[in-house]
Amino acid sequence: MSHHIVTVKDLSYSYPDGTPALRGVSFHITHGESVAIVGANGAGKSTLLMHLNGYLTPGEGTVVIGDYPLTKATLPLVRRSVGMVFQEPDDQLFMPTVFDDVAFGPLNLGLSATDVEKRVEDALQRVDALHLRDRSPYRLSGGEKRAVAIATVLAMSPDILVMDEPSIGLDPRSRRQLIEQLAGFQHTKIIATHDLDLVLDLCRRTIVIHAGQVMADGLTGEIFNNHQLLENCHLEKPLRLQGCPVCCG
Amino acid sequence: MSRIETAFFEIGSLDTLANRDSFIHRLDPRAKLVTTLVYILCVVSFDKYQLSALLPFLVFPVVLLAAGHLPVNFLLNKLLIIAPFAILIGIFNPLFDRQIVIHIGSLDISGGWLSFISILLKFTLTISAALILIATTSFSGVCLALEKLGAPRVFVLQLLFLHRYLFVLVDEGARLVRARALRSFNGKGTGMTVYGQLVGQLLLRTIDRAQRIHQAMCCRGFSGEIHLLRSFSFGIREIFFTFGWCTVFIFLRAGNVSQVLGKVLLELVR
Repeated sequence: MSHHIVTVKDLSYSYPDGTPALRGVSFHITHGESVAIVGANGAGKSTLLMHLNGYLTPGEGTVVIGDYPLTKATLPLVRRSVGMVFQEPDDQLFMPTVFDDVAFGPLNLGLSATDVEKRVEDALQRVDALHLRDRSPYRLSGGEKRAVAIATVLAMSPDILVMDEPSIGLDPRSRRQLIEQLAGFQHTKIIATHDLDLVLDLCRRTIVIHAGQVMADGLTGEIFNNHQLLENCHLEKPLRLQGCPVCCG
Repeated sequence: MSRIETAFFEIGSLDTLANRDSFIHRLDPRAKLVTTLVYILCVVSFDKYQLSALLPFLVFPVVLLAAGHLPVNFLLNKLLIIAPFAILIGIFNPLFDRQIVIHIGSLDISGGWLSFISILLKFTLTISAALILIATTSFSGVCLALEKLGAPRVFVLQLLFLHRYLFVLVDEGARLVRARALRSFNGKGTGMTVYGQLVGQLLLRTIDRAQRIHQAMCCRGFSGEIHLLRSFSFGIREIFFTFGWCTVFIFLRAGNVSQVLGKVLLELVR
């Protein structure tokens, strides 16, 4: 039995106004894998992520997290094992202080005060943000907000980390720190992003989504060298794999 | 717009002050909240022509400012920003109420002027007390104290969220206004129609954001109740602070200390 497995089978979803967002998406992610989900704007990445934490329920098809198929009854269990980091940290940090925010999840799990303290401290320490503990979230810089947002999720000890554009809005150094931190986590990671260089650093496997369908699912290196595929899906090679404009190398 | 942004930035500075350390800062928020409420009640309960009896109440903000190591300028600044509201409330009193109530030498003072000054004084006292309360306790501290004292949870949560997202909302509004200003020329594009669309846009964005926040809360196991980990202790210092000040307020409310002092002084001079 493992909680770290994600299986999506024939998942389809249309928004209430009839716009189809996902059309028969299937994949299987196993324990400890780090998988990137890439695709153009409006390809269906965010809609897919919202299915993984149960915010949206599948129109057709199934989502299985660990041993549980996603249904209303299993929702609390699923949310406990899937930690979701949102694109906009201001949406995720809603409490008066950093401490309260990181403690929000563990307190909802019904843990004792001492356990909560310990979890908050551990989580903040892992993202190097223990010194921000008593600060107000709105006073933090973009990089600090991102770090705290990740800590709020780590404090719930999730098995699977799901991240929506984790590197967006970060300066190069904060981005590098984030990549190093994420590389150190043992969780199963699912990262939806346009930052293909980050994908090269963190994810061995990539799933390409276009118009609500899986266009490719395989090793990152192979996918990013498939010029035709990338062009069809409105993507480009990561900068690092492109020739150097100065020396034409 | 930049002035509005600055004003909001200053609201944030209240919380920065609340992070300082002093005897007043360390007191249990409930003690400060109850004391401030009693103070405000005493001040507003005075008759509209009362002036002399109000003056001794200045002692509370003055002592707290000193003991809490708060800068006086910050308080005066804030009072000036809010002053137009108080002035607007009382400004017509001198026009409507022209009955002379006091003669100082050859100077006749009408009831209208007296009540106007009384309104301004009450405004200064109550707003100072409220600002000092937040600057020594922090807004969230005040909210938690309210909750511990039995205020409805929903109300407290609304206040907490209001405070958290006020800044985000102002930022968003400021960005919209800036974007409009950069593409408006000679007064064109700044009319009411555009303004209406701007407000509509802001509302839609707010609703979207509210949904995303709700989503974030659900993801972390929110089930209708917010738990906060705070240890409050209402000890001997708090009891001393609350009862001490409340006794002073009631004493000041019951008798006109200024008048008594004045009489004593006159006796001494004679």
